[in-house]
Amino acid sequence: MASAYSPQRRIPIPALASILIIFGALPLFASSYQISVANEILIFALLAMSIDVLAGYAGRTSLGHGAIFGASTYIVIYWISVAGGSPWIALLLGVLAATMLASVFALLAVRVSGVYFLLLTLALGMIVWGVCLRWTSVTGGENGIRGVGRPEIIADPLVFFYTTLVTVLIFSFIIWRFVQSPFGLTLRGIRDSESRMSSLGYSTASHMFIAFTITGIFAGVAGALYALFNNFVSPSTVQLSQSVEGLLMAIVGGIGTLFGAFVGSAAIILLENFVSDFTPRWPMVLGFMFIGTMIFAPEGILGAASKFFRSGWKKNRIKP
Amino acid sequence: MSQPALVLENVVVAFGALKAVDDVSISVKGGERRAIIGPNGAGKTTLFNAITGVNPPTSGRIIFEGATVTTKPAHLRARMGMSRTFQITNLFPRLTVAENMQLALRGTGPGKFSLFGSARLSAEEEERVMSALAISRLGERNSVEVHELSYGEQRQLEMAMALVTRPKLLLLDEPAAGLSPSERIIVSDIIRALPRDLTMVLIEHDMDLVLRLVDYVTCLNNGQLLAEGTPESISANQRVQDVYLGKARDHA
Ligand SMILES: Nc1ncnc2c1ncn2[C@@H]1O[C@H](COP(=O)(O)OP(=O)(O)OP(=O)(O)O)[C@@H](O)[C@H]1O
Ligand SMILES: [Mg+2]
Repeated sequence: MASAYSPQRRIPIPALASILIIFGALPLFASSYQISVANEILIFALLAMSIDVLAGYAGRTSLGHGAIFGASTYIVIYWISVAGGSPWIALLLGVLAATMLASVFALLAVRVSGVYFLLLTLALGMIVWGVCLRWTSVTGGENGIRGVGRPEIIADPLVFFYTTLVTVLIFSFIIWRFVQSPFGLTLRGIRDSESRMSSLGYSTASHMFIAFTITGIFAGVAGALYALFNNFVSPSTVQLSQSVEGLLMAIVGGIGTLFGAFVGSAAIILLENFVSDFTPRWPMVLGFMFIGTMIFAPEGILGAASKFFRSGWKKNRIKP
Repeated sequence: MSQPALVLENVVVAFGALKAVDDVSISVKGGERRAIIGPNGAGKTTLFNAITGVNPPTSGRIIFEGATVTTKPAHLRARMGMSRTFQITNLFPRLTVAENMQLALRGTGPGKFSLFGSARLSAEEEERVMSALAISRLGERNSVEVHELSYGEQRQLEMAMALVTRPKLLLLDEPAAGLSPSERIIVSDIIRALPRDLTMVLIEHDMDLVLRLVDYVTCLNNGQLLAEGTPESISANQRVQDVYLGKARDHA
């Protein structure tokens, strides 16, 4: 009874196990093309989760995380193929760069909220995109940079797929633990009432700074995995639509559900692959999907499903 | 307790041309229970916002427990021992009562930056939460999300959250506003049960409630100090009566 004071949430075994089983069993029957799509879904799920930490828990909608993700991709590929460095160091540097970039974004954006936060992160992301496009001598401009392939032990697509799966699962658990921590609770407090938080003694700006910077680590890991996956980077990796897609994945899956990111990422990437066979107007389809979600399932697919099952369960319980 | 707990010196809070608080000087002794009264728009809430740092004064000085805090940010004043409730309920609606209390408790203490730690409260913390909830008569509502509480319960939670931090100075902004007569009794019981060494400043319109709860009354009007005195002398004060009666006529 006493534990009612601080509901100790159990480890989300069902969610993590479902992801492990669904993705882990895929290679048993999927084609190599389908496995590579699944690989991409996993990477973008991690990006979407990093966005969901801010959107769902701190109540701040970022349009800059695509740029943070892409910055990591750039650094990883640059370090391996232009500078000729070790790929393992490259991964580390990529995540480090993304974290530092996120902390710069954070420094500028912590004091604003709502649509100002959205616009400011959007503008910062655009700057990153502009730099990648114009700084031709380093980034290769519009042509981008081609990688030199993955290190030997993860070169095989299947091995890399499982490496991605394990990495993303580990980070899913870390992110889940992070949002359930006492610090995570302060983010939900800021989401609900920033003025109450500061009159309770919290420096809301420091909390937002730390949270934003930490989400940069998660987006950076996703971006580094993407570098190994895609073996190519160009300004389109850091452009606005990358941030928008990550955000939409979080929204479609269900803001504040964390693991909804996997559902959202799968929905959007599968749709993108399917639709591009019929029409080049992918952004339009994406727009309609967004509007449809907002109208029919504003709490996202996972949010709607869990609400449905919970209410169904309650009804069944009341019946004798 | 020779040193006053709270001193305001010539405090002005201006919004453009409007001086919502106009040259107010007040001194509140340690352990005193003070009421601030005045008609709607007199500047009472604005004065609270200046004291707590939500909206620092345009000019003047605020001294809390001997330290000048005029421009200190709100969260640092809270850590110095200021605590407040809000006239317009200001809680965390999507969190449970327990989570609201935990945030209130940890704001001025350690543990709020624990990134991967457990959210569990220590036995001592739990004890404090329990007793604040018990004083506020919310003991049974722990795992309910705040948006599901009744308005009266939300007002009680406002008080519980302000109390659980064990403040030196408690500022209550119309804690009984909008409550039913029976709920108002709960609020006045809570106030009466506060520790005697706690300094309290109460904004309240209900003169009957005020007169029974405080030692001293300050009356504001149009941002300015109109009168100060014991509850008896204030209720007998002709200028105070004029202001209240005059307002009543305006609103009629
Ligand atoms: N942020 C603000 N910007 C501009 N004007 C403000 C602001 N806050 C308050 N005011 C004005 O300052 C004056 C004092 O308002 P305040 O809320 O302090 O009054 P009050 O005494 O608390 O009244 P009530 O009894 O209605 O709560 C009012 O005229 C109000 O319109
Ligand atoms: Mg007021």
